[in-house]
Amino acid sequence: MATSYLDKKFSLWDWLTTVDHKKIGTLYFFAGIFYFAVGGLEALFIRIQLMYPMNDFLDGETFNQMMTMHGTTMLFFAATPLLFGFMNWVVPLQIGARDVAFPFLNSLGFWMFFFGALLTNTSFFLGGAPQAGWTSYAPLALDYKGTDFFVLGLQISGAGTIMSAINFLTTIFTMRAPGMTLLRMPLFTWSTVVASALIMFAFTPLTGALFLLMFERMFDAKFFDVAAGGNVVLYEHIFWIFGHPEVYLLVLPAFGIISDVIAAVSRKRLFGYHSMVFATVLIGFIGFMVWAHHMFAVGMGPTVNTVFGIATMLVGVPTGIKVFNWIFTMIGGKVQFNTAGLFAISFIPSFVIGGVTGVMLASSVADFQFHDTYFVIAHFHYVIVGGIVQAVFAGMFYWWPKIFGKMLNETLGKWMFWLFLIGFNLTFYIQHYLGLWGMPRRVFTYLPNQGWDTANFVSTVGAFFMSAAVILLVINVAVTFARGEKAVQDPWYGRTLEWSIPSPPPEYNFARTPIVRSNDPWWYEKMQGKKEMQYAEPLSEIHMPNPSIIPLIMAFGTFIAGYGFIYTSWFGVFLGFGITGVCMFIRSIKDDHGQHVHPEGLHVEKGVHHSA
Amino acid sequence: MSTIDLKANGLPAHPERATQEGRAKLVGFWLYMSAEAVLFATFFGTFMTFRNSVNGGPTGAELFAIPMVLTATAILLVSSLTSVFAIMAMQRNQASKMRFWFAVTVLLGASFLGLEVYEFVEYVHEGHTFTSSPFGSSFYTLVGFHGAHVLFGVLWISTLLLRNINRPIDTYVAPKYYVASLYWHFVDLVWVFIFTIVYLFGMVG
Repeated sequence: MATSYLDKKFSLWDWLTTVDHKKIGTLYFFAGIFYFAVGGLEALFIRIQLMYPMNDFLDGETFNQMMTMHGTTMLFFAATPLLFGFMNWVVPLQIGARDVAFPFLNSLGFWMFFFGALLTNTSFFLGGAPQAGWTSYAPLALDYKGTDFFVLGLQISGAGTIMSAINFLTTIFTMRAPGMTLLRMPLFTWSTVVASALIMFAFTPLTGALFLLMFERMFDAKFFDVAAGGNVVLYEHIFWIFGHPEVYLLVLPAFGIISDVIAAVSRKRLFGYHSMVFATVLIGFIGFMVWAHHMFAVGMGPTVNTVFGIATMLVGVPTGIKVFNWIFTMIGGKVQFNTAGLFAISFIPSFVIGGVTGVMLASSVADFQFHDTYFVIAHFHYVIVGGIVQAVFAGMFYWWPKIFGKMLNETLGKWMFWLFLIGFNLTFYIQHYLGLWGMPRRVFTYLPNQGWDTANFVSTVGAFFMSAAVILLVINVAVTFARGEKAVQDPWYGRTLEWSIPSPPPEYNFARTPIVRSNDPWWYEKMQGKKEMQYAEPLSEIHMPNPSIIPLIMAFGTFIAGYGFIYTSWFGVFLGFGITGVCMFIRSIKDDHGQHVHPEGLHVEKGVHHSA
Repeated sequence: MSTIDLKANGLPAHPERATQEGRAKLVGFWLYMSAEAVLFATFFGTFMTFRNSVNGGPTGAELFAIPMVLTATAILLVSSLTSVFAIMAMQRNQASKMRFWFAVTVLLGASFLGLEVYEFVEYVHEGHTFTSSPFGSSFYTLVGFHGAHVLFGVLWISTLLLRNINRPIDTYVAPKYYVASLYWHFVDLVWVFIFTIVYLFGMVG
């Protein structure tokens, strides 16, 4: 058995300085799970408050904070890092690379995300969390101190997200193994390409919007001062130019996970691979042309509303291609109903429901009825919970053995699946009707006997089911770490490169870079009767990056500067940026040539290397 | 790297992309610039929304003095040219010539910044400030952001020059020089748009 990247004795220093993509993926993943729990708790508080009419579990202001932080946390601090966790874990393995293109930047991206999320969440203890909704529209958001935490936290974590996206794209463009052409890449890697491009072009407008908000609040700018000739609709436009691609950049990796999992559990080649790639790129492309469908009720006029409505409906075409391809992949396959497979299969109808209501919302005339009601809540939770969260669970059960070398418990997993499926539909299905019956979103309570009481109660009961499912997942992880069944190299009889190396992989992933001879390269070699991949090089010394503490300190500097801005202390700002600047300076002037490691099986004699 | 055709001067034909790290740096930096272009586009959009919202203060046509802006533009465009000379020298392995042209680039960048500070001080005297109107807020956000980029470029290239003052050019440092000069071109290109959209459009009202 080869030495894995996890075999080194555990040390905190090692995790703080690591530049190994597998460890950074793990950091992202557990940070994501943590904030998923935080955001889930906030959701639970919201549902408990709305369980009964005129409930007084939360007051209006606390409710607004919970609602705002639930959305902000789930999108920026839970979904994004969870998917980044998968991208870090899986993408280099799937393309036959030993690390990402910029390991230092990878670590910096994580720590910026970490401190940004921390900064936003400290607002709970420092005078109140943001409470103007996750969109933080001007001018409403300008009235709250919490908005400063929203702006600075997202600015810092957003910068980290943008650098990670550039890193993934560069990795995929420059570090693929020989034979791994663009149109042989697994769908998860393809979706990472498109999602990273979306991040690059969508998070930057967010950065711009946050700057406007920040300058308005802190330096008395006049962008949104209508009396002085400002314009508040500008913020909405910029925000949604970010906001709509944002949901696609979350759901596309979910599509990627589902495509890989469905092909693996069906023991069959993915149906319509090229149309899948095409659809992924097309969804990313159209995703930039539909933002104003979030603003139908603003009063842009029928022409604009119609154009954006039709553009929105177009998204249904590539998405439909994907759905049919998944179904055709399963038809004629030997479908394995393990936990990963169950989540992947249940993803399809859940996502279709979310998609259908999406097309309903795209009809701008009907949208005047749906706008700002629970119908919208039901729609995007079917997409996000039924889509992204179920894909994350599927991916988690699928890739856990590869990353940690242990199988997650299947019995607990199936219990969790059913609890989650029932809970999720109980919570959100009824909310379609609540919306059609007229219940507005973002209200902290309602009067009895409007026909909403039972539906709200049912919805809250569903939330408890989902909570139970997540608790089962946490137990499952703990049990698996303590005494989980050891994973073999290729537990799912997989198709892609990551299953051709040991579980967990060695630090350098591939002792020898493989040659890729087909889509599904590992399946191809197995079908040829080979026990391992064909290699592109002899066994020799491997060049690996050096670990470094600088990314953490650099990100910490921006954290300090963030508080400096929030409390308008120029000392804090200069101190923070000073720390960051000194780190950048040290990083610039110090040569970093990396190190060389010896892969297992390479004999070393007196400095002379012979390959085995 | 024996497959790479070595020229007589001892460097590969393109020392900046002779190594995997160098190639990755170039690809990554192009991606970074495309992301930054979108950020600037956001601020351009904001400026164009507000360019006539002067809130009773001076308008662009009243404020802008074309001779000075034209001088600043000329300085910045020439600095782009000098950074090209530096890169050409680098590819020919002429280290001291490269350093000379980069030093000229830095000096031109610094004089551009001096002019910009002078310009902003003038505007503030004429009642065009960050808080005076949406026009003011969006003007200083856009142009100030560009100025901050120029300042960063000046510091970056200076650090590169000082760090490698006695060091020959090799495939480890070549990508660093090359990427810095790419950044400099990018910042200059943004200025061309600022010159057109802010100043020329502003002059004609």
